[in-house]
Amino acid sequence: MAIIIVLVLLVLGSVVFHFISPWWFTPIASNWQSIDTTINITFWVTGFVFVAVNLFLAYAVFRYRFNTNRKADYQPENKKLESWLTVFTTVGIVAMLAPGLYVWGQFVEVPADATEVEAVGQQWHWSFRLPGEDNILGEVDPRLISDSNPFGINPADPAGQDDILVQSNELVLPLNKPVKVLLRSKDVLHNFAVPQFRVKMDLVPGMVTYLWFTPTRQGRFDIMCEELCGVAHFAMRGKVRVIAEPEYQKWLAAQPTFLQSQNRYAGDAQLGRTMYQVCAACHGAAGEGNTQLNAPALAGQSRWYLKRQLQHYQQGVRGSSEGDLYGAQMVAMANMLQDEQTQANVLSFIDSLPAPKIKRADGDLQRGRALYRNCSYCHGSRAQGMYAMNAPALTALDASYLRRQLDYFKQGVRGSHNSDFYGAQMQLMAQSLHSEQDYAAVIAYIASLSDSAGSENATLRSAP
Amino acid sequence: MSHIAVTDQPDESKHPHSFITKYVWSQDHKVIAIQYGITAIFVGLIALALSALMRLQLGFPDTFSFIDPAAYLQFVTMHGMIMVIYLLTALLLGGFGNYLIPLMIGARDMVFPYLNMLSYWTYLLSVVVLLASFFVVGGPTGAGWTLYPPQAILPGTPGADAGIVLMLLSLAIFIVAFTMGGLNYVTTILQARTRGMTLMRMPLTIWGIFIATILGLLAFPALLVSAIMMLLDKVAGTSFFMPALLSLGEQLDYSGGSPILFQHLFWFFGHPEVYIVALPAFGMVSDVLATHARKNIFGYRMMVWAIVAIGGLSFVVWAHHMYVSGMNPYFGFFFATTTLIIAVPTALKVYNWVLTLWRGNIHLTTPMLFAIGFIFTFVHGGLTGLFLGNVVVDLPLSDTYFVVAHFHMVMGVSPIMVLFAAIYHWFPKVTGRFLHEGWGKFHFWATFLGTYAVYLPMHYLGFLGVPRRYFAISGSDFIPESAQSLNAGITVSAIIVGVVQLVFIANLIWSLRNGKPAGSNPWQATTLEWQTEHTRPGHGNWGKTVPVVYRWAYDYSVPGVKADFIPQNVPNEQLEFTDEQLYRESQQ
Repeated sequence: MAIIIVLVLLVLGSVVFHFISPWWFTPIASNWQSIDTTINITFWVTGFVFVAVNLFLAYAVFRYRFNTNRKADYQPENKKLESWLTVFTTVGIVAMLAPGLYVWGQFVEVPADATEVEAVGQQWHWSFRLPGEDNILGEVDPRLISDSNPFGINPADPAGQDDILVQSNELVLPLNKPVKVLLRSKDVLHNFAVPQFRVKMDLVPGMVTYLWFTPTRQGRFDIMCEELCGVAHFAMRGKVRVIAEPEYQKWLAAQPTFLQSQNRYAGDAQLGRTMYQVCAACHGAAGEGNTQLNAPALAGQSRWYLKRQLQHYQQGVRGSSEGDLYGAQMVAMANMLQDEQTQANVLSFIDSLPAPKIKRADGDLQRGRALYRNCSYCHGSRAQGMYAMNAPALTALDASYLRRQLDYFKQGVRGSHNSDFYGAQMQLMAQSLHSEQDYAAVIAYIASLSDSAGSENATLRSAP
Repeated sequence: MSHIAVTDQPDESKHPHSFITKYVWSQDHKVIAIQYGITAIFVGLIALALSALMRLQLGFPDTFSFIDPAAYLQFVTMHGMIMVIYLLTALLLGGFGNYLIPLMIGARDMVFPYLNMLSYWTYLLSVVVLLASFFVVGGPTGAGWTLYPPQAILPGTPGADAGIVLMLLSLAIFIVAFTMGGLNYVTTILQARTRGMTLMRMPLTIWGIFIATILGLLAFPALLVSAIMMLLDKVAGTSFFMPALLSLGEQLDYSGGSPILFQHLFWFFGHPEVYIVALPAFGMVSDVLATHARKNIFGYRMMVWAIVAIGGLSFVVWAHHMYVSGMNPYFGFFFATTTLIIAVPTALKVYNWVLTLWRGNIHLTTPMLFAIGFIFTFVHGGLTGLFLGNVVVDLPLSDTYFVVAHFHMVMGVSPIMVLFAAIYHWFPKVTGRFLHEGWGKFHFWATFLGTYAVYLPMHYLGFLGVPRRYFAISGSDFIPESAQSLNAGITVSAIIVGVVQLVFIANLIWSLRNGKPAGSNPWQATTLEWQTEHTRPGHGNWGKTVPVVYRWAYDYSVPGVKADFIPQNVPNEQLEFTDEQLYRESQQ
């Protein structure tokens, strides 16, 4: 008897749960309401069958439960009933399939006025490319991908020169304009999915895939990678910001083209030396850092990383959150390096300094080695940092600085700013560390790498 | 046609005598079945433990220091692969297929007993190779059970060195084992049926196993090919599935291969695999329902043709797993249509199960409870399949927790409900004793309610858009805090369900010696396996003469007959009629 009551309760409970569940589709922000409609149709058809079949099941079990005085019926088949059930099921299937295929037809056919944007995936970041003034995306080849040409654009193709490159996890789109997103991967499978847009598609190395939609609501939405792409798959998240047309044009004008990215001012170390004296007060004359003053080493750090941090301080992405006292100090200092040439000079000078020796730290090296496995994919097996992975070198950093940053990531002091995408990833990755012993172990292991990594650093850190 | 003269003549000298030939290098299908069963349940428990670890991370992130993102992916991958291949496929076909085929069709054994023995030992080898990957440098592969290249063999994925190689080797070995077993099952069913056992008199269990095995023989080669090609890509530097690409910022030497090709091969195997698991379950649950409802299965011929139709259609729906893979989107029209067509025969089977209960006389035994649990969970899982099969509805749901919930419901919970029903149903034949009924009922309630508490809400995480295979879901604006609380609740239910399975294992062990003696036909069933001379059936199954079949497998509650069941091997002359029937006949 219990089974009958439970079946009825489960059916009713499922229906009630469906209606009161706080977990439901995000409010839609694209033109794909028709997808929501097909989902609703599917819900009505399947919901009806779910309730009808299971209640009938419960009733049958109740009505024909064991009774010593009764014998079951003998009815091998009932052609008429079976035919009716076939027809009835087929009608239900057609009711779901027909609208589904109709909407799929719309998804497959991209409207002629859609503008093209390329989304490039790599482990575990996004970057974006726009066709520029000529409206043509330049030719690309994965063999051309390098630190100085991260999109692999063919430098000989005139169509590629004005391509606009967005080296950031954030895609910006104008409101109410249909957009065809061309999807390309540098390494493994990824997936471009924005829950509010309803559509998604895989990125496949060796080919270009696409999807299209029209953003219909201003706002900032999450891009989720939804095809397993390795250890940090869960941390491969981007943003798409939908803004009004005039604001979009302003944003667009500020982005560099491929040509501009190839002709950046390289910087002069001699000129940078003078300016560096301000930094030397805390970071040391040789850029070796000062633990007492809570200043990390700069020598031995990758140039592109230092540049990004300077920009982050200037833009309030770093050092602006409550609790980041030392970061707040850096904001004022970084603002002295607003000028791009001066900045390049200082960075060139820091580049010329040899990496400092780091003191060994206490901790379980064996455990540290195991924990560091998760770090190594981006920061390199010897913590040398990798431009391609947007990950800084760790070997030149002293234990107290590393510990403070890990704490900041864990507590959300660092990486919580809207535009700090890489910091946000570190917040996620830092979730694999749990105890004092874990911190000590991984930091000790990183420190132990610094001897061996020193020489390698010199060559690797000079990427753009 | 349907019987072999040689097997009619038992040769006493062929019976095994030593412990080794009886229980280790055994060629008796029943012993091999138990070997398969024990091995499969053993690896299944490992996979269950892995799922608990994975749920701990999801329910209580940032808590367990031994679970890092790499380990999490390794748990996910090994859990999935073990459950699908090494537990479900092996237990349903190697276990139940082996035990039931000869007994249900009235044969003395499989037609190739030696090959049957080799099949088990090869399977065991594949399990050993698989488990070895837990102990190599870098651990087992964490590429997801679908093992998609390129990432499966590149360093950004855990176990991309030894782990993936062992996984591919193990799969190849498993397929060799399956092929030896599968050829045997098909040949035995076609060639060794006893006199009178026509195809349309076979119990649905045999139909399910028969068609599932044919699917396996046709589908597994696609997996074998992809495993070998990926192995070559990994160790020999070929580029079957590898285009020109980078890995962690470094240029690699591959060029010209296609990752999508792998996906087509994988799902050409992978979708029939769903039915390799489902069809035997469909068959067995039909027999459990008929027996315990004391009623013939409703629409037997329709049920047979539905099994055949589902089997055939299962080969033309594979790319519904790939709607968002980047394949030519026009495929979507074709595969959505074929996929939704397959719902028709599947729905008819569900109706027929429920109609079998209608006007029955239902005994709510433990096997019957599990069978009812199967109908409920299968209806749920089947209906959510209509969301994912309809290409455009799949767009927002693909790769989210909706998919995880759907396939666990339809391919995890529901076939496992049947497996439990089948174990409680056939255990008395295998051992001569019942499993403990009270523990069995407790096991049913905890498993049925527990799994529903796990998977019903999980669908709603999918509607919200939470992606699957994420080590942590914090950090995205659209996922509210409450999703994390829901995950914690799901984890608690999952762990309860996991622990309850230990009660089942304990019941199996305890009942082996202490269970209530069952006699030879405790459920008063019609099919041949219950009509053996001895319980447990001896080597050769039938004593001096094999049974002769006079009727179909579902003569329950035949009007005018005294008993409420007529075994298949009872001729009309031996029937005892009711007084009214005799009276009616005398009037004619």
